[in-house]
Amino acid sequence: MPKQWLILVLSLLIPSVGFSALRVDVTSGISGAIPIAIVPFEGGQGLPTDIASIVDQDLAGTGQFKTLPRADMLEKPGSSATTRFENWRAVKVDHLVVGNIQPLPDGSYKIRFEILDVYKAGKLAGYEVTSKGGTALRYTAHKIADIIYQKLTGLPGYFTSRISYVTTSGTGWNTKYSLVVADQDGFNPRTIATADDVIMSPSWSPDGKKLAYVAFRNGKNEIYVHDVATGQAQRVSARTGINGAPAWSPDGRYLAMTLSYAGSPDIYVHDLQTGESRRLTDSRSIDTEASWAPDGKSLVFTSDRGGRPQLYQVPVTGGAAKRLTFEGKSNQRGVFSPDGKLLAMVHEGNKGYRIAVLNLATGGLSVLSDGPLDESPGFAPNGQAIIYAKAAGNGAELATISVDGRVQRRLSQPGTVREPAWSPTEK
Amino acid sequence: MKTFSPQHLIGLFAVALLALASAGCSNTKADGGGDPSDQIESSADNIGTEGLDDRSLVGISPDDRAAFNDPNNPLSVRVFYFDYDSDLVSSEYDRALQAHADYIRQSKSRLTIRLEGHADERGSREYNIALGERRGNAIKKALQLKGVSGDQLAVLSYGEERPAEPGHNESAWSKNRRVELVYPRQ
Repeated sequence: MPKQWLILVLSLLIPSVGFSALRVDVTSGISGAIPIAIVPFEGGQGLPTDIASIVDQDLAGTGQFKTLPRADMLEKPGSSATTRFENWRAVKVDHLVVGNIQPLPDGSYKIRFEILDVYKAGKLAGYEVTSKGGTALRYTAHKIADIIYQKLTGLPGYFTSRISYVTTSGTGWNTKYSLVVADQDGFNPRTIATADDVIMSPSWSPDGKKLAYVAFRNGKNEIYVHDVATGQAQRVSARTGINGAPAWSPDGRYLAMTLSYAGSPDIYVHDLQTGESRRLTDSRSIDTEASWAPDGKSLVFTSDRGGRPQLYQVPVTGGAAKRLTFEGKSNQRGVFSPDGKLLAMVHEGNKGYRIAVLNLATGGLSVLSDGPLDESPGFAPNGQAIIYAKAAGNGAELATISVDGRVQRRLSQPGTVREPAWSPTEK
Repeated sequence: MKTFSPQHLIGLFAVALLALASAGCSNTKADGGGDPSDQIESSADNIGTEGLDDRSLVGISPDDRAAFNDPNNPLSVRVFYFDYDSDLVSSEYDRALQAHADYIRQSKSRLTIRLEGHADERGSREYNIALGERRGNAIKKALQLKGVSGDQLAVLSYGEERPAEPGHNESAWSKNRRVELVYPRQ
C-alpha cells in the first residue's frame, strides 16, 4: 500500500479567554455508528492537550462514530508497526487511529498518525502534521479529526469551524448582552462585543472572518459588520425603522437586510463596496429573514403576505416571489443547506415551534426537533447537522441535530445562550 | 413544613389578586433602569433622574409626574397589550390614548414620544421585530387620529428581545405582546 503523507502547517489559534464555556452533551446517537478506537498518541503524555481525546470527542459528537473507551483498549500502540490487530478485533472496532508526537527543537511538534482497518489488518492512510504547540494543539486535534472524518465518511469535517452566539446576564432593562465566538465544541469562548442594549441576528461572512449583526443604539436598531480578528466594527445601516436580519451573499459582497423606512419591512440588497441598497421585495406585509441560495441566484424570506408567516423565494434580480411552504400553521426563518438542496426553518405545528427541513427537490418536509420553542436554525459547514436555540428554564440553550434527526447534542451554560450561527470552515 | 388552611389560601389568593390588579392599573415597570439609548449618548444626562423608578417618565417634568403616577388618571396607562400575532388596538385603550394625545398636543414644549413595540417569544426573532414594529405603528396611528403629529412619534421595535415577563407560558406571553409609550429625555 502506498504511503500517503500529507503535510499541514497549522496557524496559531487566538488564545482562549477564561470564562464560562459551553458544555456539550450528546443526548442521543445512532445505532449504526462506525465503531472506532482513537488510541492515545505516543509521546503526548506531557502535553497540555490530549490530542486523541479531542479527536475522540469530535468524532463521537457527530453520532456517526462510536468511539471505544480507553479502559477497553488492550494495548496502546503508537504506530501500525507495533499494532496487534487481534487485540482490536477482540473489542469489535472496525477502525483504529494510532499516532505519535515528536517535539522539535523550535518548540513545535511533529505529529504522525495512521488510520488502520482492523479486519484487513492494514493501513488505510498515514499523515504527518506539524503544530506550533500550546493553544494551537487543540486546533491541530480538530484538524486531525477533520482528516479522519473525511477519510471514513467521504464528507468534509467541520471540527475547526466556530460558532457565535448571544448571551445575556441581568434582568429587565438592566440586561447586558454579549456576542461570543467559540470553537464548535464550545471551547475557547471569546466575547467580541458587549452592550447595554440588544445584540441580535449574528451572521458569518462566507470567509468566516466577519460577523454582521444587529445592535440597538441611540434608540434605533442598527446593522454592524464586525471583523472578528481585529475587533473593528463598522456600521452599515441605521435608517429610520427596522435595520435587521443581515445575511451575506455567497460571494461576500452583498448583505441582504430587512429595512422598514419606506413603510413596511421589506428585503433589500446592500452592496458593501458601494454602500448602495436595492429594494428586492415590495409588499405591504412583513417581509424579513432573507437567506441566500448557495448559487447566489435567489433568496428565501419570511412573509405574512398570505396571512400567517410562510417562506417565499425570489430571484436576486427581483420579480415575483414563489411560496415554498404549505404545511403547518406557519413557517419562518428559512436557511439553505450548503449544497442548496435543503431548507431548514422554524415550523409551527400542533406541538409548537420546531426545526424542520424541506427537501426542495421532493417537497417533503421533515420535522426534526422536539420543540416547543425552537428557533434560529443554521447548518453546519458540511450540511450534516443543524444548530438551533431552544427554551430552557426561563432562558435558552443551544442544541444541534443531525439532518436525519437521529443525533442530538446539547450546548449549554448557566444563563441564557441563544442565536447561534455556525461559521464556514476556513478555505 | 408549614401548612395552609383553606382560609389562609383564600386570603393569599386575595392578596395576589390585589397585587395583580394594582400592577394592571399603574402599568409601571418594576425593573427600573435608565433609558438605554440616552445612556449611550451621555452618562451625564442621568443627573437629576436618580431614584426615578419608571423609565417611561424620564421626559416628564417633576410637576407633572403625579398625574402620570395616579392610577385613576388615564395617563397612568402607558402599556398597551395585544392579542397573538395581532396589531389591533383594543378600544379599552381609547381613553388612555386620548389623554396622552391631549397631553402631547397641549405641552408647551414640542415633545417626542417613543413607542416601543414588543412581541411574545413564539416564532422567529426577526419576524417578531417586524410584528413589534407593526404594533408600535398601530399605536402611532391611533395617536395621530387623535391629533398628534406623526413626526413627534418614534417607533422602536424590540420584538421578543425585552420581555416584561420571562416565562414560557400564555400568562407571560400576554404581558409581553405590548407597546410601551415612553416619554424619553427631550
